[in-house]
Amino acid sequence: MNIFVCIKQVPDTEASLSVEGGRKVRESGLKWVISPYDEYALEAAIQLKEKTAGSTVTAITVGPARADGVLRTALAMGATAAVHVETDSELDHHAIAACLAAAVRSCGEPDIILAGKQAIDVDAGVLPLFLAQVMDLPAASGVIAMEVTDGLAKVEREIEGGARERIEMALPCVIGATKGLNTPRYPSLMGIMKAKKVEVKKFTPAELNVESLEPALLLESLSVPEEKAPGRVIEGEPADAVRELVRLLRDEAKVL
Amino acid sequence: MDYLLTDEQKMLRDMAAKFTANEITPVAAEMEKAGRFPHDILKKAGELGLMGITLPEEYGGGGMDSVGYMLAMEEIGKGLASLVLIMSTHISLAAGSIHKFGTDEQKQKYLPDLCSGKKVGSFSLTEAGAGSDAAGLKTRAERRGDTYLINGTKQFCTLDPDCDNVIILFALTEPELKTKGISAFIIDKSMPGWRVGKKEHKLGIRTATTSELIFEDCEVPAANLLGEENQGFKYAMIALDSGRIGIATQALAVAKASIEAATEYAKNREQFGKPIAALQAIQWMIADMNTEYDASWLLTYRAALMKDQGLRFSREAAMAKLKASETASFCADAAIQIHGGYGYTEDFPVERYYRDARITRIYEGTSEIQRLVIALNSMK
Ligand SMILES: Cc1cc2nc3c(=O)[nH]c(=O)nc-3n(C[C@H](O)[C@H](O)[C@H](O)COP(=O)(O)OP(=O)(O)OC[C@H]3O[C@@H](n4cnc5c(N)ncnc54)[C@H](O)[C@@H]3O)c2cc1C
Repeated sequence: MNIFVCIKQVPDTEASLSVEGGRKVRESGLKWVISPYDEYALEAAIQLKEKTAGSTVTAITVGPARADGVLRTALAMGATAAVHVETDSELDHHAIAACLAAAVRSCGEPDIILAGKQAIDVDAGVLPLFLAQVMDLPAASGVIAMEVTDGLAKVEREIEGGARERIEMALPCVIGATKGLNTPRYPSLMGIMKAKKVEVKKFTPAELNVESLEPALLLESLSVPEEKAPGRVIEGEPADAVRELVRLLRDEAKVL
Repeated sequence: MDYLLTDEQKMLRDMAAKFTANEITPVAAEMEKAGRFPHDILKKAGELGLMGITLPEEYGGGGMDSVGYMLAMEEIGKGLASLVLIMSTHISLAAGSIHKFGTDEQKQKYLPDLCSGKKVGSFSLTEAGAGSDAAGLKTRAERRGDTYLINGTKQFCTLDPDCDNVIILFALTEPELKTKGISAFIIDKSMPGWRVGKKEHKLGIRTATTSELIFEDCEVPAANLLGEENQGFKYAMIALDSGRIGIATQALAVAKASIEAATEYAKNREQFGKPIAALQAIQWMIADMNTEYDASWLLTYRAALMKDQGLRFSREAAMAKLKASETASFCADAAIQIHGGYGYTEDFPVERYYRDARITRIYEGTSEIQRLVIALNSMK
């Protein structure tokens, strides 16, 4: 199988973020990781490869030079090839999807393309579906269980209220992975040393003939939310405290 | 210090950090309290290549450099310091000695199982009468045709009898030659005549079992002599140079864990209407802890880098071990001070760090012996 997995480099979930110039996250000193949902996609891709002899897993990322790090990690976990679409431009999700689609096509015909259902930096949650649209493929996102047999992907996706929807799609298709799909493995030391020897293919969007990178969506500004006031404890006898609570909710918070 | 590191070193460190957060930290306090040897953790570490980090890939090792090893061990030690003692003994002292001084057959026979973690390596030099003065050992190895007959009692060996042990043992082959009459042997479980005596009950690092080893007419095939006869003491000293980088790293781990715990606590603990982190008295402690830690880290990094570059590093490894171990004690002590009374209880991890820090000034050469090594090497 020709398996592809799209991964994005994002700031570590534990990083404390600050804004620079009103539109960008300050990057100096930040630790970068693979977006956690992408790790589920990567693990699923590697498991699929291990099940089907002769398969390849190509990890693809779109981003600046530093994004190379996530491809190295993907290779260390078990991806067999890596493609970096290198750009310093701020792309919107349409442009990213166009770059990813072009990168996939440059490597041949895909059997399946996996991605995280969303990246934890901007949390847009649209990429798997945009990519499917650009490539004219069926897609399911929020996938929590999957099985691939005989040219079919049978998946379960999480929907509102904790319910699950079961879907069957013909391959090739696009899958957006969510938490619970699997437990991503650690990159082993042997994998890390092997990854060092793999050459990452690098392209600019222009080299992949991606026509327009003009954003359809413009980021106006970025700001850190104001710190929430701390909660208040109302002391006293329960009956009095409840009366006071109701008064505060009505008169101060004006929610009643 | 990321700007000093290669991509592979950072990836190994990040992997070790993740492994520690998921597999070690959640169980560390309970395991240490029970003094339970970490068989499961070592097995998983073996699967990830962490039991053979610096050994060549042809024997199933990771082929990583000593700087990478230092980074990985520090992450693991932040979760559970005992693990660094077990793993550095295993990697640097046991597997490292076989790799450096062993024959091809010995390497083929032992290294793959050591690198995978199937076998666990130990290093047995110390005896009741031979601690700092390691050359004063009394255990005898007498040649009898194709075997050596070993008799004697070893003290304080980092070894758990429930493992498939491989021990680098030091014994006298030519007693009249003293230091020049000591040889090294590879002992394993197939050889009858050795057993574990008393297990020590210790102040800290309790999951790393410390055992007395008793040899009574233990028959060791001559093929298990390590390197040349009567060269054992030299081999031990060479192995301990590397071992000291490991213990320095264990100390760094305890120092770092202490700093992280104390910083977090200081930001959240309020007295006199504000976080204690706002008090200059606390800030100065945090400043000193960080400065001592960074100095120790850089000394250890230098020793590891010199080793990777094939330079002599005995003096630098001794400095790293001396400084880092004293820093660990300093930081753990300050961390308890910052925690106040809560730091003295088992509800916070700093009392464990305080106990674990203490041993790093003793084993693989006490602070006094490190100063001796530094002085002798500095006056050459
Ligand atoms: C938990 C633990 C695990 C260990 N693991 C191992 C192991 O796996 N393998 C192994 O072989 N050993 C091991 N050891 C032994 C350890 O390396 C020794 O305890 C250490 O080298 C000190 O020896 P000693 O305890 O006999 O102290 P001593 O040598 O008796 O020292 C007592 C004091 O005298 C000082 N002193 C001694 N000589 C001098 C000198 N010339 N100048 C100045 N001061 C001096 C020392 O610094 C110390 O303060 C372990 C010990 C412990 C506690």
